[in-house]
Amino acid sequence: MTKKQKTLLYRILVAAVLFVPVYLISEGIVKADLPRWALFCLFLIPYLTVGYDILRKAALGIKNKKVFDECFLMTVATMGAIALGEYGEGVAVMLLYQVGELFQSVAVGKSRRSISALMDIRPDYANVETDDGSLEKVDPDEVEVGTVIVVQPGERIPIDGVVVAGSSALDTAALTGESRPLSISVDDTVLSGSIDMSGVLKVRTTAAFEESTASKILDLVENAAARKSKSETFISKFARIYTPIVCYAALALAVLPPLFLLLTGGSMAGVWRDWLLRACTFLVISCPCAVVISVPLSFFAGLGGASSRGILIKGSNYLETLSKVTTVAFDKTGTITKGNFEVTAVHHSPIEEAALLELAAHAECHSNHPISLSLQRAYGKSLDMNRVTDVEEISGHGITARVDGRTVAVGNERLMNRLGVEFLPCHHVGTVIHVAVDGAYAGHILIRDQLKEHAREAVAALHRLGVKRTVMLTGDRKAVAEQVAREVGITDFKAELLPQDKVAAVEELLSGGKGLAFVGDGINDAPVLSRADIGIAMGALGSDAAIEAADVVLMDDDPLKIAQAIGISRKCLRIVKENIYFALGVKAVCLLLSALGLANMWLAIGADVGVMILAVLNAIRCLFVKRI
Amino acid sequence: MKKTYKIDVDCANCANLMEEAAKATPGVADAVVSFMTLKMKVTFEEGADEAAVMADVLANCKKAEPDCEIYL
Repeated sequence: MTKKQKTLLYRILVAAVLFVPVYLISEGIVKADLPRWALFCLFLIPYLTVGYDILRKAALGIKNKKVFDECFLMTVATMGAIALGEYGEGVAVMLLYQVGELFQSVAVGKSRRSISALMDIRPDYANVETDDGSLEKVDPDEVEVGTVIVVQPGERIPIDGVVVAGSSALDTAALTGESRPLSISVDDTVLSGSIDMSGVLKVRTTAAFEESTASKILDLVENAAARKSKSETFISKFARIYTPIVCYAALALAVLPPLFLLLTGGSMAGVWRDWLLRACTFLVISCPCAVVISVPLSFFAGLGGASSRGILIKGSNYLETLSKVTTVAFDKTGTITKGNFEVTAVHHSPIEEAALLELAAHAECHSNHPISLSLQRAYGKSLDMNRVTDVEEISGHGITARVDGRTVAVGNERLMNRLGVEFLPCHHVGTVIHVAVDGAYAGHILIRDQLKEHAREAVAALHRLGVKRTVMLTGDRKAVAEQVAREVGITDFKAELLPQDKVAAVEELLSGGKGLAFVGDGINDAPVLSRADIGIAMGALGSDAAIEAADVVLMDDDPLKIAQAIGISRKCLRIVKENIYFALGVKAVCLLLSALGLANMWLAIGADVGVMILAVLNAIRCLFVKRI
Repeated sequence: MKKTYKIDVDCANCANLMEEAAKATPGVADAVVSFMTLKMKVTFEEGADEAAVMADVLANCKKAEPDCEIYL
């Protein structure tokens, strides 16, 4: 508990202790002959002890021309009750209202802290080795790119880098939500925010602190508040209109019925008092706290719960959109398949296989496209960049380059057509890379990708969630696309798309209805990610473009997280709706009862505080997300 | 010019109120309040005097939500 909360707790306890005996006396349960004014004074002490800040806030509100808020409602209602001689009720309402406030504040503080603890990945310092071999702790902001830093077991890696010495296991849960440790050794990339669990590591930094993963993620989380959902904006507008309305309604309730009786000449005995008291009860019930507090809290907890599972959602409006997704479009490579291409065969090559691979690998030596990397891996030896000149990359086609003075073209069928080279089609399923050397066809290399472990379950989970259509968009050949789509159970696919075709395909899907999510790995999907209703980038660690363009960022590359993200958003929205309907429903019934004179102050404050506590507890449920 | 300030506030809706109040302050181009991290990010307008603007922001926030604090 914070200091503020403790003070409030003490005030409530003191007020309660002072209140109970006086209340018992006033109700005649304990016999003591006290005059009215003495009773009034005795009630005033607990009232002011527990409620002085509410009175102050109400006064400040009037002074600042923001009259109608909860404090105003409570002040008018309790003072009204006391003025009408209902001392006990007036004090009790203030006391219980504060109990509700305290509860709310503690619950919110607790959930806030548990979320921020999960997201607390900001490293405080970096260890830099000094000349005499000792370690010096420095501000990570001051570490220059290329510096070697030392990370000891139990410490958080402060800055992104590459391991130069040592090996260890990393806990990356804060980044990816993945609890399995990641083992790393020399030459592996390490990301800031992960925790070194076993060995001492020397890391050469590859980015400044500002540009490191941990800083970027924190930035994203901190900015998530900027984009408000419709429900949140609705609620804050609602409160602004609602509170004045109930105030005037209460005023009307206090004045109109007695006036009516007066004019019709009915009996006026106790009528004014009766209706004024009803109006006070009405005010207590109408307090909108439950809704005003629980709705933003639900979204906040939903975003927090999602980030604890490595799903970063950039704002509560995206949580809302995500819950309405009916169509999911996937990029193939890196999303459904591992992007881990392996050369499986070389066909129709007039030259030796190894020589062909050597040429192809060199032509692609500047590219880090997964296919290029697989060629380089298949070649197996280190590349000599000096042998390569005039590299030209033709988007969606391939690469042409001069290797050892020979013109080498490496790419798909379109590239061969474009260059006017006659090629032989491949009968195997996989990605086919055609190679032409000096304008003559030199055979093709067959590359196959592997499906991601959870790809099939992920698609099934989406369909289970009621996603009607799943579409795979790929630049790959139709045969490959068909096979992959069939294997993972995707309903629809579009193959042989150039990057610009993907945008067109997404536009077409968008026109077919609302709720289109696009999932990509973000390497060349940025335009599509931002075009779709909601763009989901996966395995986005380290890809700035994707983090920029996407609305939802999945930190690891498990496709099951897509369904989980949708599940979280639906749960959150459901809870928001439950709270709105439940709170407003209970209030409506109680308001009616109070207007009819069937509800007293006790019921009123019970309805107010009780509903608020239930709504807050319900909202906190958004935090809890099942592990998958 | 962007700056981040630590804040203290009790509820998510109060944080929203603070954000609105800060945004409406002259000299502030944009403001974002994160309840999760209890931070306020303020983007100042070109040539604004940060200290003076922040004093106004604090005053406006106090008006909107008396129970808040910005650590300047």
